[in-house]
Amino acid sequence: MGRTLAEKVWDEHVVRRGEVGAEGEPDLLYIDLHLVHEVTSPQAFEGLRLAGRTVRRPDLTLATEDHNIPTTDLDQPIADPVSRTQVETLRLNCAEFGIRLHSLGDADQGIVHVVGPQLGLTQPGTTVVCGDSHTSTHGAFGALAFGIGTSEVEHVLATQTLPQSRPRTMAITVDGTLPPGVSAKDMVLALIAEVGIGGGQGYVVEYRGQAIRALSMEARMTICNMSIEWGAKAGLIAPDDTTFDYLRGRPHAPRGAHWDAAVEHWRSLATDEDATFDREVHLDASAVTPFVTWGTNPAQGVPLSGSVPDPETDADENERAAVRHALAYMDLQPGTPMRDIAVDTVFVGSCTNGRIEDLRAVAGVIAGRQVAADTRMLVVPGSTRVLLQAEAEGLDVVFKQAGAEWRGAGCSMCLGMNPDQLLPGERSASTSNRNFEGRQGKGGRTHLVSPQVAAATAVLGHLAAPSDLEGA
Amino acid sequence: MEAFTTHTGTAVPLRRSSVDTDQIIPAEYLKRITRTGFHDGLFAAWKADPEFTLNRVEHRGASILVAGSDFGTGSSREHAVWALLDGGFRVVVSSRFGDIFCSNAGKSGLLTAQVHSDAVEELWRRVEEEPSTLVTVDLNKRQISTPLGFRASFEIDDYTRWRLLEGLDDVDVTLSQAHEISAHEDARPPWHPRTLPAQTGEVGVW
Repeated sequence: MGRTLAEKVWDEHVVRRGEVGAEGEPDLLYIDLHLVHEVTSPQAFEGLRLAGRTVRRPDLTLATEDHNIPTTDLDQPIADPVSRTQVETLRLNCAEFGIRLHSLGDADQGIVHVVGPQLGLTQPGTTVVCGDSHTSTHGAFGALAFGIGTSEVEHVLATQTLPQSRPRTMAITVDGTLPPGVSAKDMVLALIAEVGIGGGQGYVVEYRGQAIRALSMEARMTICNMSIEWGAKAGLIAPDDTTFDYLRGRPHAPRGAHWDAAVEHWRSLATDEDATFDREVHLDASAVTPFVTWGTNPAQGVPLSGSVPDPETDADENERAAVRHALAYMDLQPGTPMRDIAVDTVFVGSCTNGRIEDLRAVAGVIAGRQVAADTRMLVVPGSTRVLLQAEAEGLDVVFKQAGAEWRGAGCSMCLGMNPDQLLPGERSASTSNRNFEGRQGKGGRTHLVSPQVAAATAVLGHLAAPSDLEGA
Repeated sequence: MEAFTTHTGTAVPLRRSSVDTDQIIPAEYLKRITRTGFHDGLFAAWKADPEFTLNRVEHRGASILVAGSDFGTGSSREHAVWALLDGGFRVVVSSRFGDIFCSNAGKSGLLTAQVHSDAVEELWRRVEEEPSTLVTVDLNKRQISTPLGFRASFEIDDYTRWRLLEGLDDVDVTLSQAHEISAHEDARPPWHPRTLPAQTGEVGVW
């Protein structure tokens, strides 16, 4: 019987097959690329030191600084002493264990999931892990990529392997064509609302179909990035010419004869025609419209043309309670049209939507317009290379002329670990991935949106799509 | 890791579903570089409410958390597990767990007992009625019970169960297979990328 893409990648990385027995031993998988950042690694390095162990493959490991770092005053030391200690600890650990680190101020610094692909380190058919749940981003290349905890970070540092139980497989087939002005972010938010917050739990997902094939690499990364938001272990897309065109010539991409051999192998990874998935879900791209969240998890979303739901219409008592709780936190009334919701802050950035195409999309909407008087807008490139590219294209000028703040690269307002945070009660439209309570700062209220919706929202001061700007 | 065979303690009901790891411990507590001392961050935002279930005097000292479905979704932060352990918990009961949270728990000796949602409802009812109810979680039998006749079997994957029962360190187990790792490394395709030596320079293809 044929195999799926995920099964092929899995099989190629089995160091040792788990023996079937009372212990239910998992397979031992080899890890091709281990990405490291300052937040989830210090305890892992400390564990190595305490056990007298070394890093087995520093040459398969790469570290960057992203979560804690400020995006302004980059010539100053990090003001928060606890953040500074954590970043300095990463620097000391990387020096001690011989790991390549891209620090603040380095052209290759940035969000770990933006840096790996842009350096050409993320490649089809490889296994990629990182102590960060959005490692699923790298699945866009046909890599088996998933987030791990700190104990597993230590395990990979010491052994370059991970014991893993074979997950079930799921196919998400998206047919049709996305309407103009509707993006990959809208597609994945609509998907998550459809399948639910735990819908992917225990599965490795393959995104396929005409609408997925039509996406650029960066849009594919947006889709795979959000796999974890509906519980999937990983999300993959079969490598094709779009993938190879993106990779070719990147610093760590194979060259010469190695490139040809690699491409031939990568083409063979596509799911066989007679392979079967444990579960299949179909979505029609042509029916997707700009999509936004109203609640406190990424599955609590509706089309922008819709309204805040009424908790009392849900049949399940626990679900009613969850919706009531979310609406109280978000300070929203049932039945309010989503377009009537005013926002204080618009955040463009993150590993979901902080790449160059995202910034181009935002600039395309906002060029020649102004950010609304009572709204602030932060535009934060996902990496310093993205920053340099945006500036080379003049996008920074477009943002600044519109009244937006143009920042340095990092995770920024995606999570409340650095100075870019919402104040209690503040409301944001954010291109990031999580609208959890307090995610963007204690008491902050988050609406997840696409870059295009973020741009239109910044101009009008309330949730809006670019089509709302016509004539404005 | 401390071995886990059976645990008896009081339980605290957390009537919330989709409790993400940002709620279990907010990001501001993740800046520390230690593996312990996260007790103050446990449910930090919710703890501000005096009526929050963990603040209630009748649930003080509880070591078993009984939560709604999809507990531990979201961020991979193992700090969520450390904060629960530092807060005195040895077991979390739910009808479904976030994948990475579940894996992290197994590495640090926190038992995640997955039960049918009816069992969660029944445990909530019993513990709310009588907070001093002693709940026993038996990993050998994969069973949760109370003296007044509550019985429910729970699911946990075989390997995690075995490692918890033995209190085994994963890295030691893997390093005993070092020759197999080396053999795999020798057979890797030559085009697989290496981070060293570092390649950089302008990226012309966007």
